[in-house]
Amino acid sequence: MKERITCFTEYMCTYPKEEGSLIPLLQKAQGELGYISPEIVETVADYLQLTESQVFGVASFYSQFRFSEPGRHSISICLGTACHVVGGEILLETCERDLEVKSGECTSDMRFDLNRVACLGCCALAPVVKIDEDIHSKVNIIKLKEMWSNYE
Amino acid sequence: MNNFTKLKKKSAAEWNALITRKEPVIYLGMASCGKAAGADKVREAVKATLKKYHLSAKLVEVGCIGTCYLEPIMDISAFGNPRVSFGNVDEKSAEAILRKYLLEKECHKGKVLGHFGTNSFDGVPRFFDQPMLQSQVRIVTKNCGLIDPENIHHYIANGGYEGLSKALQKTPDAIIDEITDAGLRGRGGAGFPTGIKWRTCRNTVSDEKYLICNADEGDPGAFMNRLLIESDPHAVLEGMLIAGYAIGASHGIIYIRAEYPLAIIRLRHALSQMDQYGLLGEKILGSDFSFDIRIKEGAGAFVCGEETSLIHSVEGKRGMPRTRPPFPAVSGLHQNPTIINNVETLSTVPHILRNGSQWYRQFGVEGNFGTKTFSLVGKIRRSGLIEVPLGTSLRKIIFDIGGGPQKEFKAVQTGGPSGGCIPEELLDTPVTYETLASVGSIMGSGGLIVMDRDTCVVDIARYFLDFIQKESCGKCTPCRVGTRHMVEILEKICRGDAEPEFLDKLESLAKLVKSTSLCGLGQTAPNPVLTTLRYFRSEYVEHLNEYYCPALVCSSLIEYSVIREKCTGCQLCVSVCPTGAIIGPRSEPHNLDKEKCIKCRACYDVCRYDAIAGNAIVITSRKEE
Repeated sequence: MKERITCFTEYMCTYPKEEGSLIPLLQKAQGELGYISPEIVETVADYLQLTESQVFGVASFYSQFRFSEPGRHSISICLGTACHVVGGEILLETCERDLEVKSGECTSDMRFDLNRVACLGCCALAPVVKIDEDIHSKVNIIKLKEMWSNYE
Repeated sequence: MNNFTKLKKKSAAEWNALITRKEPVIYLGMASCGKAAGADKVREAVKATLKKYHLSAKLVEVGCIGTCYLEPIMDISAFGNPRVSFGNVDEKSAEAILRKYLLEKECHKGKVLGHFGTNSFDGVPRFFDQPMLQSQVRIVTKNCGLIDPENIHHYIANGGYEGLSKALQKTPDAIIDEITDAGLRGRGGAGFPTGIKWRTCRNTVSDEKYLICNADEGDPGAFMNRLLIESDPHAVLEGMLIAGYAIGASHGIIYIRAEYPLAIIRLRHALSQMDQYGLLGEKILGSDFSFDIRIKEGAGAFVCGEETSLIHSVEGKRGMPRTRPPFPAVSGLHQNPTIINNVETLSTVPHILRNGSQWYRQFGVEGNFGTKTFSLVGKIRRSGLIEVPLGTSLRKIIFDIGGGPQKEFKAVQTGGPSGGCIPEELLDTPVTYETLASVGSIMGSGGLIVMDRDTCVVDIARYFLDFIQKESCGKCTPCRVGTRHMVEILEKICRGDAEPEFLDKLESLAKLVKSTSLCGLGQTAPNPVLTTLRYFRSEYVEHLNEYYCPALVCSSLIEYSVIREKCTGCQLCVSVCPTGAIIGPRSEPHNLDKEKCIKCRACYDVCRYDAIAGNAIVITSRKEE
């Protein structure tokens, strides 16, 4: 982790020291480290000469940023309108119940983190579930449970 | 010969070589929707098949043509025949289609959709004669699904950058006149005349001006921008150049949501090609006009669709709106004049420049000229992205183009969470900015969610309000607190915990939030509630007084049971029930313990999913006799 923070810090120096760099830097940090840790908030705040609370204030405003370590695989349940009317909520509940994890959190064995997402834009193929980079369409409970087994 | 003429010639040569190629060309729809439906696997199957039969073919990855319900889509052109399209292709049928076509010169009858071009092709209908496409008018979606979005030559060969080339020979004022004459209105939802907006910015004196393309498609259930960018990225970029030149800006920004990774890749690729061919940077196409474009990834906030919030987000702040005036066209990004246009608006601009405002005015109706794209989804047979002239009736869109829902139609939601629920009796309403407003909804960016009798309108109102409440930035009290109270009331109604006077409370609260919120998010948030109360009040009353959810959706008001006569005793439901609520020996009718049942629907689905089960599990709502 320390190495990756050093790596990020080096990268950070290529960005102009202005407020407009804040969100791109947080996105980069999350891309590299998987989440926004307190160290990242501190590092970015120092670099852009903002307070830590300003940085955290911006980060917590946007749904993209997470503040805890992600699992080995990420499950995103689409809860856009098209997915909602064909049962997206039921898929989320199934994940929460069967994987014993709450939305926004991670299973105790760090296998999955579970997230709700506003819309993945594949509405014609609803309901949609994204696991890592794979988008699965027309999912039902039975398909969902089969899908898990492909991600260890 | 100037550089653009040379470029056009080169592009035309490359495109013509492709479409007249005698050797097979295989086109695969590889937009996000195609990929979600399994296009990656199809591509691998195509490669394996070609290898297996020692065939050679050129593989071209295209975007999405809009008929998402037919994904994955594969087209083949070979032997001098027109390009033929096949739908719902999977790994297995891909091999069969290719083998039949390339070895036996026959079309796979079960999978063929139609052919492109004007020549007739024996026994195969024209692709665009399909019911979903017949009455569409494709202007901004003209290239979608037909060209390779990563190849700038395909775009140029099909008229691309012609609009820019024409624009650069005109004065900026003449361009703004052309756009004003065309009657183009903002396609992001509000419908403000684009020409007037540009004129305001043009007339504001400033050393620095910005053009921002809003691709932060936050409306859940809408994907017009994603599809346009993934399938034809140069169209929006050309529109940005023209707009930048017209308003006098030298910097462009595309604000795009991070949830669209493929669209971002396509934009990056397109920008590097533009750079390579002198379409970006200093002295574009040899003119005095210089312009750069940056991509800014949004970080997930619905309110950033609002102009002033978006500007704050680009500046690295919390995306909260501010009062207007000053309007961004006068004072926007870093206090400089800024124009923010939607993807579809900008994608339309090159067509108007290329063909003239009079040409554009032939589409649509007075005051609402041109076409509009809609994402047609929900309980509908033919879902996907469509483009129709403004003024087309909702009935035509839903039934003629979309094929209607499988079950009885109930309502259609236009404009996403900011729009309204329109009932059957108003389906003949022509789609224009004004008519949709008059029935309590809005045009919005173009999401059309169709609902059938299995959709509960109270649950839908709760869903939208819950979404808005979570997305409210919290700056103004009516939106922050008002939407929260509205969600609480709706949740109580859905749970069967509400008092009869709640409906009046809900209605007066909705009106209050609508009239006193700071920005568009709060001002339109009550629309789903107000329209469902207006058109489906009886359904609220049934929830309230009879604890009855006619659509069998609200989980507190429904229960599951087994019809013993239908149950085959297959034990599938027993195996999926997470709480052990269903028990019963094999081959004998099962019992469902209502105390243990958590209404997760697993048994219901499995009872219909597998042929050995007998549709024996049913859902009922407790209507008090």
